[in-house]
Amino acid sequence: MPDNGSTQAKAATANGLAAAQATKRQRIRLMIRAAGMLPVLLLLCAGFHYLSDGRFFTGQNLGIVLQQAAVNTVLAAGMTFVILTGGIDLSVGSILAAAAMAGLTMSKLPELGALWLPAAVLTGLGFGIVNGALIALLRLPPFIVTLGSLTAVRGLARLLGADTTVFNPSIPYAFIGNGSLTLIPGVASIPWLSVIALLVILVSWLVLRRTVLGVHIYAVGGNESAARLAGIKVWAVLIFVYGVSGLLAGLGGAMQAARLYAANGLQLGQSYELDAITAVILGGTSFVGGIGSIWGTLVGALIIAVLSNGLILTGVSDIWQYVIKGLVIIGAVALDRYRLQGSART
Amino acid sequence: MNDPILEMRGVSKSFFGIKALRTVDLTVYAGEIHALMGENGAGKSTLMKILSGAYRPDPGGEIRIEGKPVRIEGPLGGRAAGISIIYQELSLAPNLSVAENIYLGREVSRSGFLARGAMRVGVGPILERLGADFLPSTLVAHLSMGQRQLVEIARALHVRSKILIMDEPTTALSAGESERLFALIRQLRAEGLAIIYISHRMDEVYALGDRVTVLRDGRLVGSLDKQDIRADTIVRLMVGRDVSSFYKKDHDPEAGKGHPVLTAIDMADGQRVKGCSLTVHAGEVVGLAGLIGAGRTELAHLIIGAAPRISGCLELEGRPIDIRTPGEALEAGIAYLTEDRKALGLFLDMSCLDNINLAVLGRDAKLGWFLDRDKARERADRAFVGLSIRAANVGVPAGGLSGGNQQKVLLSRLLAIVPKVLILDEPTRGVDVGAKSEIYSIIDNLAKAGTAILVISSDLPEIIGICDRVIVMRSGLVAGEVRRTETAPLNQEDIMAFATGMEHLDA
Repeated sequence: MPDNGSTQAKAATANGLAAAQATKRQRIRLMIRAAGMLPVLLLLCAGFHYLSDGRFFTGQNLGIVLQQAAVNTVLAAGMTFVILTGGIDLSVGSILAAAAMAGLTMSKLPELGALWLPAAVLTGLGFGIVNGALIALLRLPPFIVTLGSLTAVRGLARLLGADTTVFNPSIPYAFIGNGSLTLIPGVASIPWLSVIALLVILVSWLVLRRTVLGVHIYAVGGNESAARLAGIKVWAVLIFVYGVSGLLAGLGGAMQAARLYAANGLQLGQSYELDAITAVILGGTSFVGGIGSIWGTLVGALIIAVLSNGLILTGVSDIWQYVIKGLVIIGAVALDRYRLQGSART
Repeated sequence: MNDPILEMRGVSKSFFGIKALRTVDLTVYAGEIHALMGENGAGKSTLMKILSGAYRPDPGGEIRIEGKPVRIEGPLGGRAAGISIIYQELSLAPNLSVAENIYLGREVSRSGFLARGAMRVGVGPILERLGADFLPSTLVAHLSMGQRQLVEIARALHVRSKILIMDEPTTALSAGESERLFALIRQLRAEGLAIIYISHRMDEVYALGDRVTVLRDGRLVGSLDKQDIRADTIVRLMVGRDVSSFYKKDHDPEAGKGHPVLTAIDMADGQRVKGCSLTVHAGEVVGLAGLIGAGRTELAHLIIGAAPRISGCLELEGRPIDIRTPGEALEAGIAYLTEDRKALGLFLDMSCLDNINLAVLGRDAKLGWFLDRDKARERADRAFVGLSIRAANVGVPAGGLSGGNQQKVLLSRLLAIVPKVLILDEPTRGVDVGAKSEIYSIIDNLAKAGTAILVISSDLPEIIGICDRVIVMRSGLVAGEVRRTETAPLNQEDIMAFATGMEHLDA
């Protein structure tokens, strides 16, 4: 039956085509996985450069973008540790405010003023460890614990300055907030805030990818019960990641304080946790834990900064900026889903 | 015998030039239970998917049902042709009722509204015929695994399937549920259904199979009639070589007289384990047998500190030792291979390399913190060679490997700590025959090297094949011990007698 044969042949070709398409789809998915959101970042930059008549790629504007991205990058680095274990830290904005308040208050003391920086960072660390202890030792859900500390620590931040704005125009180390590190005199410099952010990313990468602790963090996020049975001290890992998140929120607070010479317990760091989470998810770290990288987080934080900067450059109204950023968050989670589908979970 | 209900002639299937199935001829008669066996990757699931319509066979073959050539196309094609498949992982919606599940995709409606009442009445006779002890309105979420299987079978009967394919139906069932399922399968056979029964378990094939067909590398390598069904014949067909040494036991059978390595005294958790004592000697393989729910896994969890104990103490090489966490157990040299490697053992998204090195990262680390990546790489490479783990490279995620290879990756992690005591919980569950025999030989070699090994297994031939001594648990207690002597090998009856509590009746 030649007719039958030809239909079968046709069917076979159709099958082959479908299979080829399937492998192609697989390949695209792998590419998305490997390159992450970097192409999106580059496209955004190019797009904004074009739309703003060439005002995006100027030394000055790039400096602004990097500086704007700095604090969020630091918070998002801490958030990456937490989300890699399958947790979440909603309290980083409040911790940032409390740490900045503690730092500024300290900086006004005549003899101990120079110690304001460690004071801010340690305040953050302290709150982080409390979060971690509640989650790891009392086995409370991270979302609930950090939702609670989001509110409670905000209250403490207001308490620290008696609910006023604390100023210190002569705060020591103010250069980290507003100074720049000169790379080539007169040609290229990079804001100290960005230098700190990049160092945080580097150290985070080192911890996550080159230390035993890093593997344990991925293990806890990948399969907590298996991690426990494999002899990993899950509680210690959890306290560590929330401690890191708190510590980096404290560092973020110090960076903000140095930049503004002031802090306000009520307003500082409001909803910063959302930007940090967005950066992490944009960077390809999976919400369920165990998958992700710190470089992705850096790209994610840069995307958010570029988006804000570009939308202002192109004259998009403040209201629409909210809408567009929100859509980007949803798009990022959709990508997360897509990525998980192609993963090796069987 | 009557006319065949299903005939496959020269059916092949290739994927991108790789033959998954090569000109397979299969004949199944109404009223027979036809067991289909083969290693993982032998082509069983490809064959099944062709019959269900999920795959199209390559041109050239022919499938006849009741003598008429058919083309099975699309996911509903199999059902239309009278073939129903019950997969290992059941495909029921737990949030829906029994009746709704049976009617899933073919709901009855009256003027656009779901006719729940009519559906409940409609499934009544079938559930009755199957002897179901639940109502059509019961939510599937409230049913046991055995009852869910019944719902799947009811669904197949409801669409008047003549051929029922069951893929390892007993994996999730308890012994009692399996027995009931077997009775039901025999009843369906008597009613004239043809049943294709896929299983790895020899005892099930003995108990049920009227004929056995064995696949290997996509080829049908043999069909045996009931009187010819023998374990060694089947295994030889499956692996394609003589497997007189399938269960490997070269280590010194006198090892049991060595020094005691692990002694557990009066271990209890207050629930499933009610005071158990046991001793494992150096170089000895001790089996821990018992029915599902006897408390064997729970006892292992107590020993390694994965569950809190209310009484009991441990001695390691004659010295008392206090173990409170699995980490402490590993440090002391007691390693435990979990029965549930996906949920409790492996990190599926992590590379094989990380999975293998996980337990020794701290020990290997430079300056106490930094990964020694060369050492890790070397260790993983050695494990791949030593345990013949088959994967593209050590960097691929463990989740992508076959069951046998996953098990070997997990085993490598435990062996990396060079354990004094190795507790293996169902070491060959969900593992194909080839990998099984490799795992047996790994166990044997470890015993030769002096490791004390405790094997928990529900597979009695396996326990008898590899153990020197068998401790039998029943309802949280040690019911008895069966020892191999020079004159009498271990036997299944003695073990079952202790496991079921019949030993006094025998005596």
